[in-house]
Amino acid sequence: MSELIAVLSEQELADIDAELHHVPYKSAAAIDALRIVQRYRGWVSDESLRAVAKHLDMSAEELDGVATFYTLIFRQPVGEKVILLCNSITCWIKGCNNLQAKISQQLGVELGETTADGRFTLLPVTCLGACDKAPVMMVGDDLVEQVGEDQLPELFSDGEEC
Amino acid sequence: MDLPLTRNVSADKSPTKIDAYEANGGYRGLKRAIGKLSPADCLQIVKDSNLKGRGGAGFPTGMKWSFVPMDNVSPGHKYLICNADEMEPGTFKDRLLLECDPHQLIEGMILSAYTIAADVAYIFIRAEYIQAAQLLREAIANCKAKGYLGANILGSDYSLEMHVHTSAGRYICGEETALINSLEGKRANPRAKPPFPQVSGLWGRPTIVNNVETLCNISHIIERGADWFNGLGATGDAGTKLYGVSGRVKNPGCWELPIGTTVREIIEDRAGGMEDGLKLRGFLPGGGSTDFLVPEHLDLAMDYDTIAKAGSRLGTGTMIILDDHTCPVGFVKNLTEFFARESCGFCTPCREGLPWSAQVLDDIENGRGIPEDMDTLQRQVAYIGAIGNTHCALAPGAMEPIQSALKYFAEDFERHISDGRCSYCDVGAN
Repeated sequence: MSELIAVLSEQELADIDAELHHVPYKSAAAIDALRIVQRYRGWVSDESLRAVAKHLDMSAEELDGVATFYTLIFRQPVGEKVILLCNSITCWIKGCNNLQAKISQQLGVELGETTADGRFTLLPVTCLGACDKAPVMMVGDDLVEQVGEDQLPELFSDGEEC
Repeated sequence: MDLPLTRNVSADKSPTKIDAYEANGGYRGLKRAIGKLSPADCLQIVKDSNLKGRGGAGFPTGMKWSFVPMDNVSPGHKYLICNADEMEPGTFKDRLLLECDPHQLIEGMILSAYTIAADVAYIFIRAEYIQAAQLLREAIANCKAKGYLGANILGSDYSLEMHVHTSAGRYICGEETALINSLEGKRANPRAKPPFPQVSGLWGRPTIVNNVETLCNISHIIERGADWFNGLGATGDAGTKLYGVSGRVKNPGCWELPIGTTVREIIEDRAGGMEDGLKLRGFLPGGGSTDFLVPEHLDLAMDYDTIAKAGSRLGTGTMIILDDHTCPVGFVKNLTEFFARESCGFCTPCREGLPWSAQVLDDIENGRGIPEDMDTLQRQVAYIGAIGNTHCALAPGAMEPIQSALKYFAEDFERHISDGRCSYCDVGAN
C-alpha cells in the first residue's frame, strides 16, 4: 500500500470498497468515495483527494474536476454544522433575504464563510422542497421550517439545537 | 374520491412501514404480476393507462418504456433509475411521497423494472433528503427479507437488485442524461441526444429514468387496470396529480387531486386563497421553469393540454403564486439567478447567457435599467430560449418565466426603468 493510500483510514477504504461492488469500473464510485471521506473528515483535503484518486485509478485532476462540480463536496474546511439556507423563489417571496441578513449579522459571516469559532458555515442551497413551510433552511442534518428571526438565537446558541 | 398515491399519507406525515403498507393492499400488484403477467402485458397496461411523466416534461410513460430493446441480442444489464433529485424551484411533492410511503415507490419500481426487464435499479436522491434516503434503505432491506427484491423474486425467474445513490448537490442532476453521468461518477453535464438513454444510458446500456410520482403510480395501474386509471382524471388526462401551492396564500400545501382539477379550486379551496390584503397577480403553474399565467386563467383545468394551450406547461404541478405586493421583476430576477448559478456551464448560451440575463434584471430591479434593456431581454429569450441551441432544457426553461413576465407585467419593468427604482421595495416588500 502506497504512502498516499495510507492517508485514508481502514474504515474509509472499507466503505469505498463496498461501493465498488456494484459499479463496472472504479472511477464510477468517485462521488460516493468523496462523500465517504467527507463524512469522516468534514471536508476533502488535497491529500485525501489524491489518495482517493489513486485508489480509484483516476488522476487527481480528473477527480478534482468531479469534486468541484458538486456543491455539497467541500474542498475547504467547513464548520461543525453547515447551514444550507434556501434562497429559491418561494423562500425569497417569504423573506429569505432579510433572514440571511439577520443570520449574517448574528454569526458574523456572509454566504460561503465559516464562523470564527468554527461552529457554522453558511451556504445557499437550491430549493429544499419544503415550499409550503417557507422560509426554510437546514442546520446540519435538520430541516428547520418557517424560520422566524426570533428563532435564530436559540438555533445558533451553544446549547442543544431545537 | 379515489386518491391512490396518498392513501397511506397520514395527517402527521409519519412514514408508512411495510406491515401497514401490506395491510392496506401493498405489494398485491407485485404478487399478481411477477411471473404471472409477461413484461409485454405490463407494458400494454401502462401504455393503455395514458400515464404521462410527472417530473415536468409529461412524456407518455408507456411510450418511453417501449423504446427499450427487449430482444436480448446484446446481453448485459438494463437499468431503471428513479429520479428523486427534486430541486425545481417551488416543487415539494416527491418529498411527500418519499417520506410518507417509501414502499409505494419501491413496489412501483420493481414492477417498472420487470416491465422493461431491468436487472438493476437505482434511486438517485438529493443529499438533503436525509430522512427519505434512510427510509428507502430500510424499505429495500425489508423487501429483500420478504423476497420482493433480490434473486428469483417470489419464486419467479426474475431478479432485481436495488440501490440508493445519494447525490452531492446541483439542480442539473435532475436532467436525465446529467443524472446518468452523475451516477457514473462524472460531472453532471447533460449528454447530447440521440442516442437516447432507453437505448444507450447508464454505462452505455438501456436505461429508463422516471420521476418519483410517475413510478408511484405503476403498482396501482398494474393492480387496478388502465380503465380504472383513465377514469380518475377530471378531464382528458388520466390519473391523479399531486398539486402544490406556495407563496403568500393562506394555506400553502400539497394535495393529490384528479388531474385536470381547476386552478381556482386548487388555489382557493385547497390553499385557502390569498393572504388577507393581497391580490393574485400571476402564478407559475408547475415550478420555476414554467411560463406565468394570470387571474384570467383561474378556471383552466390543470392538465397537460389545457395549460399548454394557455401558453405555459403543467410542469411539476406545484404552483408558485405572485401576489400584488411582490415585485415581478425581483421574482424573475431570483429565478434567473438560480438558473444561472445552476447551469452546468457546458453550452455557451446557458453558461454566458443566463448570467447576462440575470445582470440585466438586476440592473432593472435596482434602478439602473435603460429602455434598451427590454429589447435585450427579448433577444435573450429568443436565442437562449430556442430549443436546440443547448444540450438540455435548462436554458429554455429559464427563459419561460422571463418571456411571460415581459408579456404580462411589462408595465412593471417599464416603471422600474422610468422611475429608476423598485416601488415594491419602498413599501418594505420584496
